[in-house]
Amino acid sequence: MSVTLPAADGISIQPSCYSRLTNHWICADYLHDRYQDLLSALVQHLQIAGVAIALSVVLAFPLALVARRLPRLQGAILGTSTAIYTIPSLALFPLLVPFTGITPTTVVIGLALYALTILVRSMLSGLAGVPEEVRESATGLGYGAGRLLFRIELPLALPVMMAGLRVATVSTVALTTVGTLVSYGGLGNLIEDGVQNNFKAELLAASVLCVVLAFALDALIVGLQWLLTPWARRGA
Amino acid sequence: MRIFNQTWDYLTTASNWQGSDGIWTLLVQQLLLSVTALTVTMVLALPVALWLGHLGRGGFLAINISNIGRAVPTFALLAILVTLDRPGVATFGPYGRAGLATLIALSLFALPPIVTNGYVAVDEVPAAVKESARGMGMTGWQQFSRVELPLALPLVVSGLRLALVQVWATATIAALVAGPGLGTLITEGFYRTDYAKGIAAAIVVAVVAFLLELIGAAVERATDPTRRSVTRKGVLDVTTGGR
Repeated sequence: MSVTLPAADGISIQPSCYSRLTNHWICADYLHDRYQDLLSALVQHLQIAGVAIALSVVLAFPLALVARRLPRLQGAILGTSTAIYTIPSLALFPLLVPFTGITPTTVVIGLALYALTILVRSMLSGLAGVPEEVRESATGLGYGAGRLLFRIELPLALPVMMAGLRVATVSTVALTTVGTLVSYGGLGNLIEDGVQNNFKAELLAASVLCVVLAFALDALIVGLQWLLTPWARRGA
Repeated sequence: MRIFNQTWDYLTTASNWQGSDGIWTLLVQQLLLSVTALTVTMVLALPVALWLGHLGRGGFLAINISNIGRAVPTFALLAILVTLDRPGVATFGPYGRAGLATLIALSLFALPPIVTNGYVAVDEVPAAVKESARGMGMTGWQQFSRVELPLALPLVVSGLRLALVQVWATATIAALVAGPGLGTLITEGFYRTDYAKGIAAAIVVAVVAFLLELIGAAVERATDPTRRSVTRKGVLDVTTGGR
């Protein structure tokens, strides 16, 4: 429903759909007037989530290799990461604050720790899925440990590892919103502002954008996998 | 560091634990919320998921509900539910402020692990076992209740455990939208720069999360009829929702 305000000179003014009087959930004027807010929140969101995912990939790979080589350490690595995963995000960020302060680093490290759990597990199960005969054939053909890993095992483990990366990416993007606790939540900051000020258009726009971003990055990884596995495309 | 001493002081001061906004009251409130939400989802959704697993139909939906649940930020859904003008949003019985909105959101976020695990558990009972049961002359219902369900139980309980930990995490996030529970201490501490209070509450939340996980794991072991730890493929993906 729209409210019309009679102005003093008799000309009535139509309030915009995001004014306090109307407060619509969906409002094109809001998108038009405040797209700068949305854009900068989106960029911050992308930066925080992107750095967190990149960091966890860089950390997960050597951890997975170590865990595979040393079964004794495997229990410790998986146990620790699972324990961290149990901690709710709203509690994990405060626990990091004494070390990293009210900075984006707190959010990035927290998110990277969550993603690490998913990635290490998927890398391990991907590598474990490589058939033993394949490994033996490669060794028989004279492949050393390094070439075996990069030329044979990694390509074969790629689908499972990529599935893990997709899960990690989508949940990291969603979780970034909680970073608003330390004022670095990307789109989460707009959601928080929308709740505090009962600003529905802002709240819904930021929420939808967040889900869209998650699915867009997911699609990007699927595309990347398509490019990286040309052999899987043949005959399909 | 000074902040650690302050946090310790906060945790060891008896008055911080007592009263209507003390740690105990909020802890009980959040536990009540989590358990209620889990029960609601279990009663409403689990039978459907199990029966669909028995029929072997609707797998697409059961798997994809997890993917969708993961992409929707808990925080955003809570925010939208609280901002909708509905009765029960302000306060809701023993569940505190924004209790009903939080309860609905928590029940929704308990859906993915419960539904996916429930479906997969029954669906993945070995075909040979199902055929033997049919060969012995069991009806569909007998086959479901006497053979499939006992074999599926550990995986179903594992889904419930995941859901409980998930719901506990989500209940904490509810504080960001002025919901009830221990999270309110965290957000209050941070918004009023009383970091010791926020960190102290975070420690309590994390400790309870560990305890819930341990209790869940114990129950899971107790319900395994074969009493063996079997590596189950496909369960891994389910363990990952929004925190």
